[in-house]
Amino acid sequence: MTAAVAHDSKSTRDPAAGAGGAPDVRIADVTKRFGSVIAVDRMTLEIASGAFYSLLGPSGCGKTTTLRMIAGFEQPTEGEIFLAGQPVAGVPAYRRNVNTVFQHYALFPHMDVAQNVGYGLRQRGTTKAEEARRVGEALELVRLSGYDQRRTWELSGGQQQRVALARALINHPTVLLLDEPLGALDLKLRKEMQLELKALQREVGITFVYVTHDQEEALTMSDVIVVMNHGRILQMGGPTDLYERPVSRFVADFIGVSNPIAGRLVEVAGGGLGVVETDRGMRLRGRVTDTTASPGVGDAVIVAIRPERLSVEPAAAANTPDGAIVRVAGTINQGTYLGDQTEFRVATELAGELIVRRQNAAGAGSGSGVGPGDPVMVSWHEEANLILVG
Amino acid sequence: MTTGAAPAGRFAEGGRARSALLTGLLILPAGLWYALLLVAPLAIIVVFSFGVRAKNGGYAPAFTFDNYVTALQRTEPFVNSLVMAGAGTIGCLLVALPLAYFMATRAGSRKNLLVLLLVIPFWTSFLIRTYAWLIILNPDTGVAGWIQGLTGNEKFAILGSPFSVLIGLVYGYLPLMVFPLFVTLDRMDRTLVEASKDLGAGRWSTFRQITLPIALPGLVTGSILVFIPMMGEYVIPAILGYGRYYMMGNALVSSFLEARNWPAGSARAVGLILVMLVTVTFYLWFVNRGRRVREASVL
Repeated sequence: MTAAVAHDSKSTRDPAAGAGGAPDVRIADVTKRFGSVIAVDRMTLEIASGAFYSLLGPSGCGKTTTLRMIAGFEQPTEGEIFLAGQPVAGVPAYRRNVNTVFQHYALFPHMDVAQNVGYGLRQRGTTKAEEARRVGEALELVRLSGYDQRRTWELSGGQQQRVALARALINHPTVLLLDEPLGALDLKLRKEMQLELKALQREVGITFVYVTHDQEEALTMSDVIVVMNHGRILQMGGPTDLYERPVSRFVADFIGVSNPIAGRLVEVAGGGLGVVETDRGMRLRGRVTDTTASPGVGDAVIVAIRPERLSVEPAAAANTPDGAIVRVAGTINQGTYLGDQTEFRVATELAGELIVRRQNAAGAGSGSGVGPGDPVMVSWHEEANLILVG
Repeated sequence: MTTGAAPAGRFAEGGRARSALLTGLLILPAGLWYALLLVAPLAIIVVFSFGVRAKNGGYAPAFTFDNYVTALQRTEPFVNSLVMAGAGTIGCLLVALPLAYFMATRAGSRKNLLVLLLVIPFWTSFLIRTYAWLIILNPDTGVAGWIQGLTGNEKFAILGSPFSVLIGLVYGYLPLMVFPLFVTLDRMDRTLVEASKDLGAGRWSTFRQITLPIALPGLVTGSILVFIPMMGEYVIPAILGYGRYYMMGNALVSSFLEARNWPAGSARAVGLILVMLVTVTFYLWFVNRGRRVREASVL
């Protein structure tokens, strides 16, 4: 009993470090090179305590390397990483209070579920009774009670995933690192696990750092998304921030889809507003969200509009002129029914082909039916216009 | 109904008969091989072992246990073989484990080259490779001379000692230990090692708790592959041990070829087979028992 208490106090976070406001992870000007390849390029990032962070980017963007440096499997070529305020250069993985959920789970095949989950505790010499108790708790946390003696290969992908989670969380890590852990699951299970992971993170209050290339996954779960490309951070912020105010074309394209209309910035007003004259002669007002390139008057830019911000109606029904509403006439090329929504591709004279997504709400279905070849009017509020450097 | 089912049944039966015939044909070569070259000689040995030596040597029919009594009275070759094969197996294991581990995990693109280098000695006759050790261990040209010079002990010799037999055994059978180990280690998922370290186990703990148990099937296979031929080894103790370290192989040769007492040799051969069976069975039982205990210890 005394041993158990002593162990618990050792494994919980140092309260002094938390009170001092040190972030759980601080990556200070870190570069990682593999030979001549730069995987991570002068990266600086602070990961606050208790939040769900996602590192999002295409493959090869440096997100997994960043994770492996935090875990201790790789050492930074330059720069320094701090865990709970302490520099960890040269500290091996097994001495870091950080745990990882691996991409393919890496469950030990010669051990059953309980032995897998209790592995971390056994390394610290926890008593058998204490281990059994905490393994039971951890399995309950991931809703796998009663699976203690199963062999790991008898479990489904989702169950293996939960064993891996329990095995990592049982050690009360400062940070839990997750390396695309849902990649091997089918879509439906993946969606369920996303919500479950988020709920689990709230429940245990441990900082999660989640690596993914799936923007939807990142949007669903994260408090903070860090978008990376070529080893650098392009933008960091909440899901709404990234979706509504992307700071570069890359971020706008990587998170969600957008319709780009090419043009030239002709006017910059206060409050980040600007006016673009498009190549085909429209004048569009919008917000200049691009703080990466911060375009000036005369620069070539694009106006990006999210497909769900556009609406499409039969040309005849179009009326009520409004200064803030942009209207473009066109013809439907293609309509794709996607179940919950319908995607239209509309050929327009003024803006090229536009992708429009419409929710299939009750009454919005076939009644207002427009089909291929029909003349339509595409309209949107100018607030949807994001001005970015193309 | 019946008319419809009958032809179908006949076809199915015909198919079964054909597939049984095919299976029989496929098994036939191996079956003949085993019957002619394993079962028949074994039966002959067992029959001979109860016979007596004919006047001019060889076998004369009889039924007596005398040969077994004699064989058991001289236990030295059995003990020597067991000790030497055991030591040789451990020696192979100590050399093969780091080597196989290196090949499987650290060798990278040189992996295939290393496998090839391990196979190449097999292209040379076993006898020649064993004779080569005579030169290496020789006092005039080899290691023994160098150690003599170093220690000033003029009488120091390796050849003719049990140690030279051990060297020869470990050298000769090493690849049979390396390959099964290499295959199991090579197939092992490397992230398991990272996962173990991530969960707080150091290098040695990880090796003991993860790598070794996963490599265990290869280790068991390798041990049996080297232990059994080492038990019956004749050439190495004869050449490198100058015949002074008397193993079962040497005893068999002297019974059959020198004393021409086939029944005595047969009884010894049966004894050798029994010793090997008992040892290997015990070994497998021990290894599997260990595994079960480990599995049960946490529950």
